[in-house]
Amino acid sequence: MSKDNQVLEELTSKEYEHGWTSDLETDSAPKGLSEDIIRFISTKKNEPEWLLDWRLDAYRQWSKLKEPTWPNISYPAINYQDLIYYSAPKQKAKPKNLEDIDPELIKTFEKLGISLTEQKRLTGIAVDAVIDSVSVATTYKDTLAELGIIFCSFSEAVQEHPELVKKYMGSVVPVNDNYFAALNAAVFTDGSFCYIPKGVRCPMELSTYFRINAANTGQFERTLIVADEGSYVSYLEGCTAPMRDENQLHAAVVEIYAMKDAQVKYSTVQNWYPGDKNGKGGIYNFVTKRGLCFGDGSKISWTQVETGSAITWKYPSCILKGNNSMGEFYSVAVTNNYQQADTGSKMIHIGNNTKSRIVSKGISAGHSQNSYRGQVKIMKRAENARNFSQCDSLLMGDQCGAHTFPYIDVENKSARVEHEATTSKIGEDQIFYCLQRGIDEESAVALIVNGYAKEVLNQLPMEFAVEAQKLLALTLEGSVG
Amino acid sequence: MLSIKNLQAKIGDKQILNGINLEVKAGEVHAIMGPNGSGKSTLASVLAGREDYEVVQGEVEFQGQNLLDMAPEDRARAGVFLAFQYPVEIPGVSTINFMKTAVNQILKSRGQQPLDAVSFLKIMKEKMKLVDIDQSLLNRSLNEGFSGGEKKRNEIFQMAMLEPKLAILDETDSGLDIDALKIVAHGVNKLRTKSNAVIVVTHYQRLLDYIIPDFVHVLYKGKIVKSGTKDLALELEAKGYDWIKDEVAVA
Repeated sequence: MSKDNQVLEELTSKEYEHGWTSDLETDSAPKGLSEDIIRFISTKKNEPEWLLDWRLDAYRQWSKLKEPTWPNISYPAINYQDLIYYSAPKQKAKPKNLEDIDPELIKTFEKLGISLTEQKRLTGIAVDAVIDSVSVATTYKDTLAELGIIFCSFSEAVQEHPELVKKYMGSVVPVNDNYFAALNAAVFTDGSFCYIPKGVRCPMELSTYFRINAANTGQFERTLIVADEGSYVSYLEGCTAPMRDENQLHAAVVEIYAMKDAQVKYSTVQNWYPGDKNGKGGIYNFVTKRGLCFGDGSKISWTQVETGSAITWKYPSCILKGNNSMGEFYSVAVTNNYQQADTGSKMIHIGNNTKSRIVSKGISAGHSQNSYRGQVKIMKRAENARNFSQCDSLLMGDQCGAHTFPYIDVENKSARVEHEATTSKIGEDQIFYCLQRGIDEESAVALIVNGYAKEVLNQLPMEFAVEAQKLLALTLEGSVG
Repeated sequence: MLSIKNLQAKIGDKQILNGINLEVKAGEVHAIMGPNGSGKSTLASVLAGREDYEVVQGEVEFQGQNLLDMAPEDRARAGVFLAFQYPVEIPGVSTINFMKTAVNQILKSRGQQPLDAVSFLKIMKEKMKLVDIDQSLLNRSLNEGFSGGEKKRNEIFQMAMLEPKLAILDETDSGLDIDALKIVAHGVNKLRTKSNAVIVVTHYQRLLDYIIPDFVHVLYKGKIVKSGTKDLALELEAKGYDWIKDEVAVA
């Protein structure tokens, strides 16, 4: 084994930082999935009749769907009857303010570096903190409300803004879109809701922080972002989970609806527990994220840094319906040990002069498998559509795999579609060059990896870029210069 | 400063260095010349600590320390600098970022405080002037898309930043036109002091027109077979390497 492999070995065997559990009293549904369980969830959440019907419809559709087998991943069959679909930290009453929240919960988030106490926060980020199945706190709500911005938990939106939820929920990701989206629609428990009114530029980053705590519990959150004409919002999502020997299921849905000239930037730093170094445990992450550029001149941009999860199955997509609309996807996916990732993007061009850009950077180490899967589709009526895709893979060591599955489907002659792909290895020459300048091996690897991922990291908001760099450094260790 | 005794090294099963002896004192410039395949670059790599080479026998002492016992990064931190013959590309990492990481790691290894951005830039600007390099080059990804001359000039800039005690220039003249050669040589000359030393590894004499050596050594089949002053380099230029080979064969 060469020396840089040894260092990688050490680095990649580093333990997961957020693997602790919190001792929270929970209120849970019994194991299993049935119409009764869905009624139980709906009742728990005090939902209107229409939503229960929507869930039940989703459940019936899900029952007819088959789990997809096309991804380049393998895992033992999931027993959907062996999971708990609702778990909430026990709270005596609905918290009116922070003093009412269980201190153990606040401690949980503080341990994650997220202070729910607004005055303690240094940067202007509004946070919706979701633990297991429920949102526990949303900060800066009042400040945002002055601008007409709605930022709250999904459950609250159902109660307070049912007309918006009813109108947009499922409009981007239909109930029967895919197996996991249908499952989510049936049993989703909470998530975030955000509405930016016409012409408003959201003055701070909005952020949702997801934490799975309870054992044997699936997390099914749903996020809905509606950006009205000419508005702008930057949205951040972070996630962690305790280290548990068994696998945990996470099946989320994110929908973004952008009207004329609206811009939405959605950034994710995904750090679910990836399993131990032998591949035991970890989160199964099956997520459907899609944005609809409905109005002319709208823009949706996805940026993701994926370091966690035992399995990642996720293709943040844009449907470019409005003329001159634009979709972007920037991704860094790191897999280590026995992690498997099948991730990429879909860009569907419907409107004229629509543009899309895909930049995907895969990094595989250990025994992991890292696949890029992307689709670019130019519909018949989309004149002058443009796409540029770049898919790079970086291999560390000789036990891992990198794969690229691009699907390009062009039905209009005026389209211009470009696809570039590269595969490289961290060279011993590169490492030696760094060593010769006095840089130790760990830092050399971090430097090279961060350089490789730079184009994507540059897309992240400042507050998040630091976290993402730290995460990359932690996943592959080393200080970042 | 540097004392090499009976240094023998191999790559795989092939022995390349067959007992090198060399003494380099502070303030001196030594040129190592020789035909292709004589072991010049191997010597440079072994001194820098490249893993591909295995030292079979011999000793190398650098400022009283056993150099061969030190990891490559520790050699660099102790003041050994190698200007690479083929500098590698590191995409997405600018020379500035690269140098900042290097300088601060070296400072840290000496128990000193890292430089903040302002003082780093100040030093960088001075060194840029010294080696006549443009900042736009330093903002670009390290060596990516650089011309041959730009790569070598960047190496000399790094040398200026790290202020080594011993600089080894491995065929720094290869691939350079005469103007680029002059600029690079000029940079090296400006960095010469009484307390540092330079080893110039080169195939041709022309670099030595600009970096005047105190000693010239001829390496052949992994051994130093002849040493002299800069006149030896001129003689080699005029007569080629064959007469050296003949001399060795006779001996």
